[in-house]
Amino acid sequence: MSPPPKGMEVEGDRSGRRSSRKQAHKAEGLVGKHGAQPGQKERVRGSPRPRSPQRKQTEFRICREELRGQERSPAMRTGESRRKRDGRASFKEQRASPKKDKKVLRKEERWKKLKKPRSLSLASSTSGVESPYSEEELAQILEQVEEKKKLIATMRNKPWPMAKKLTELREAQEFVEKYEGALGKGKGKRLYAYRMLMAKKWVKFKRDFDNFKTQCIPWEMKIKDIESHFGSSVASYFIFLRWMYGVNLVLFGLIFGLVIIPEVLMGVPYGSIPRKTVPRAEEEKAMDFSVLWDFEGYIKYSALFYGYYNNQRTIGWLRYRLPMAYFMVGISVFGYSLMIVIRSMASNTQGSTSEGESDNFTFSFKMFTSWDYLIGNSETADNKYASITTSFKESIVDEQESNKEENIHLTRFLRILANFLIICCLCGSGYLIYFVVKRSQEFSKMQNVSWYERNEVEIVMSLLGMFCPPLFETIAALENYHPRIGLKWQLGRIFALFLGNLYTFLLALMDDVHLKLSNEATIKNITHWTLFNYYNSSGWNESVPRPPLHPADVPRGSCWETAVGIEFMRLTVSDMLVTYITILLGDFLRACFVRFMNYCWCWDLEAGFPSYAEFDISGNVLGLIFNQGMIWMGSFYAPGLVGINVLRLLTSMYFQCWAVMSSNVPHERVFKASRSNNFYMALLLLVLFLSLLPVAYTIMSLPPSFDCGPFSGKNRMYDVLQETIENDFPTFLGKIFAFLANPGLIIPAILLMFLAIYYLNSVSKSLSRANAQLRKKIQALREVEKSHKSVKNRATDRDSGDTPKSSKNSTQLQITKPEPASHSASQSQFLDKKAQDTGTTSSASGTLLPASQHLPGSQPPGVKPDSGKLQSRTHPWRSASGKSAQRPPH
Amino acid sequence: MGSKQTVFTHEQLEEYQDCTFFTRKEIMRLFYRYQDLAPQLVPLDYTSCPAVKVPYQLIGSMPELKDNPFRQRIAQVFSEDGDGHMTLDNFLDMFSVMSEMAPRDLKAYYAFKIYDFNNDDYICAWDLEQTVTRLTRGELSAEEVTLPAPAEPVPGPCGKPCADSCVTSAHFLSFPVSVG
Repeated sequence: MSPPPKGMEVEGDRSGRRSSRKQAHKAEGLVGKHGAQPGQKERVRGSPRPRSPQRKQTEFRICREELRGQERSPAMRTGESRRKRDGRASFKEQRASPKKDKKVLRKEERWKKLKKPRSLSLASSTSGVESPYSEEELAQILEQVEEKKKLIATMRNKPWPMAKKLTELREAQEFVEKYEGALGKGKGKRLYAYRMLMAKKWVKFKRDFDNFKTQCIPWEMKIKDIESHFGSSVASYFIFLRWMYGVNLVLFGLIFGLVIIPEVLMGVPYGSIPRKTVPRAEEEKAMDFSVLWDFEGYIKYSALFYGYYNNQRTIGWLRYRLPMAYFMVGISVFGYSLMIVIRSMASNTQGSTSEGESDNFTFSFKMFTSWDYLIGNSETADNKYASITTSFKESIVDEQESNKEENIHLTRFLRILANFLIICCLCGSGYLIYFVVKRSQEFSKMQNVSWYERNEVEIVMSLLGMFCPPLFETIAALENYHPRIGLKWQLGRIFALFLGNLYTFLLALMDDVHLKLSNEATIKNITHWTLFNYYNSSGWNESVPRPPLHPADVPRGSCWETAVGIEFMRLTVSDMLVTYITILLGDFLRACFVRFMNYCWCWDLEAGFPSYAEFDISGNVLGLIFNQGMIWMGSFYAPGLVGINVLRLLTSMYFQCWAVMSSNVPHERVFKASRSNNFYMALLLLVLFLSLLPVAYTIMSLPPSFDCGPFSGKNRMYDVLQETIENDFPTFLGKIFAFLANPGLIIPAILLMFLAIYYLNSVSKSLSRANAQLRKKIQALREVEKSHKSVKNRATDRDSGDTPKSSKNSTQLQITKPEPASHSASQSQFLDKKAQDTGTTSSASGTLLPASQHLPGSQPPGVKPDSGKLQSRTHPWRSASGKSAQRPPH
Repeated sequence: MGSKQTVFTHEQLEEYQDCTFFTRKEIMRLFYRYQDLAPQLVPLDYTSCPAVKVPYQLIGSMPELKDNPFRQRIAQVFSEDGDGHMTLDNFLDMFSVMSEMAPRDLKAYYAFKIYDFNNDDYICAWDLEQTVTRLTRGELSAEEVTLPAPAEPVPGPCGKPCADSCVTSAHFLSFPVSVG
């Protein structure tokens, strides 16, 4: 009859998939305990035991079906099958009577036990079952004990109320105690307990470590706060800012630790050589604030700038090779930045591909998983409510956008118009900058220029940066893009504007540099002659050696590197100030005005014209990116620039956080930032590349100034590498380097790289194609399942009489299997209750599964794995019927 | 630690440890939390398993629950007769399921029950509406919450999950589907 371990196994595994089967559980558990009868053991041992916890649903269905089949006692079955033939499937009834079933089952078993010897003799294949504690029996008890133990271990995973858990637990424990003694198996318990303990400890440790890690992330709460109020797009800016701060900290550490500190500690002190001294002409005003503010005076002759560094090969007792370090740090700043940007881009894309699937159930995930059950603080809860509402709104906006249909021609026309207008704006701003730069070149030749004339370029650039983005935004309103796409367009346009401005500025700077370089030869001559005259002039006592000329008096060149550094320094600082002032005036004062003047104004200021400002994501992101570009460009000529940038980022983090929370309102059209902010990263990479170009050009093709900086006296800056290789490395290494620099080697290497890129690219393409195909397949499978289910639902109503019967039959396959006598019984038709069962089984399985025909026969115990195969083979068909019965109203 | 013998017998504690994800210490702490909710109601001796219930008003005011939009549902689901009043067993059950060690399946089972507001074993449109209203404290407008037919251009959040997930029959998520 019903094999008890089977039922228990199901019970052990299914861990509360369905509450409706609780009764069944109980019944089965009881049957299992009482049903450990000799005589069925061979069947039990052979039964397949699929019990890995992560089984698939289909497998569950098998179990469910088996269970259902077992639930029904043979006594019930006749009546049932009759009823079913009438076309009535009343599962509820069946389920309501497990108690009765149980009783009948037990009776049945007893009856079977009696019958057993006879059947065995008929089968004449098994032996030794008669003895009360046979091997098989022991094996079965062992198995059951294991089951119970597992049940005890997984009791806490059961979705039962505590009272039920307690009773189950007590029963299981009793059982284990009762039989464990007989089997002498209890030794694993201690080890198991120990393992559980360790697992718990490990989980706890991991949790603590994670907590620690999240605590180490700076400004997390601030950003979360902003995110909950302004949506993820505004938060993405701040996350980007934080990331940028991290990158800059690393760069700052690199430059500060390897260049500035060694120079300050070990280099020649200030005032000892001309390049480290303020010239005599500037000395009086060198400490004035207005001079310092322009990064002239003492600041110009400090370690913040390129010109301060000496060209001594080694400094200090460490024999630190400063020029070499300076060059290498300059290169590694770019190297590190490139690496970190590309790496974060790559990790972003990886993240996005793995999350791609979850796009399908946005709303479901939002609805069921958005609440954070750990929230225990009403303020956080408020934020969470706000953020959930925001995210719902975002999703609705997304959904609306995807479903919108519009007049395409009008939209197209408006978009073309908008682009035309914007191109006009860009050209205008480009010309304006060109004009201003030309003018400034004229001013630079003149003496006594005013403050405005000196700073005209910076002022115009800042003003353009301030007023063009809003203008673009106004124009972009014509286009009617989805806000996320609109943001990208906006970013692209502002990017073009900034890029144009930056490059005009750079060209002007380059002109200046070339001018200075052309003057350098004459200045060099002057310096040389001055010194010569000073030492050889007559009128000095020849016997006493002349004191060396004071470094402040030595005439010197203009040192174009420092000039470039100063320009970038000024640009950075003015940019920072303009940003802060814009925030103060444009956001804070406006917010104050709107807030307080609203009481005594003739129209509603908050809802009407000025209103509160929105946080300008695109402008801020681009400002950040271009600022970073300037840092990259300038850091080679002004090592202190990175330090200033770190300060700037730090202050702007706090300042902008405060400004956003205090004086901005969330965007009217809230939207989600695209999941990976790879767009920002791509822009950053582009800017990095563009800022790498001028630096590389100046390093590679301009001669360094003759009297300032670590590379003075050399023909090119990179000569420092050659010098180090020649002097500090063994000769054979030098030869190797020379060999490596051979174009004959470099060109094949580049070719090889191209080939590798091509190959990897094609591989990744094919992989992504395969990925897409798999995804499609999954989608199709789900569709099929869905339609299947609906078909089944309909079918259930129609032929509920047929499917359940077949399912019952299939379960009976294994029920009858242990009985070797069954096939003989099946010949006597429908007289015997049991015989009828097997008869239907064999006929049903015979029609559907030819393989099962040999089963209810005299199957020798040795071939039992077959039964497992059979079960698994029947499942699709069974699951169909299983599904139909799966949704009981209870 | 000496007091634990007076509250629970050793066997009781062992059993609770087997049935929950807690250690003995945590169980004792939970007991005292429970006891603190209603000191005049809950006896300090549980060896005889007294049938004491703490009313929902007290359960819902716990800091763990008081900000939770679903606190009422949680209490109802874990209480024996669905009224939110909890015995100690229910209380331990609740914390066990909510604890970090509980497996996902178990949590999903109870999560389904929590979101199934009308206890009909389906998550229907009305349940979803309830969920959204609670999640947003009613800040979404009515038309944003309501459930339009799938053919309509703008499905609100309530319409979407039905379209998203395995829809068994018009707008119902049945239990095994959403958990499996």
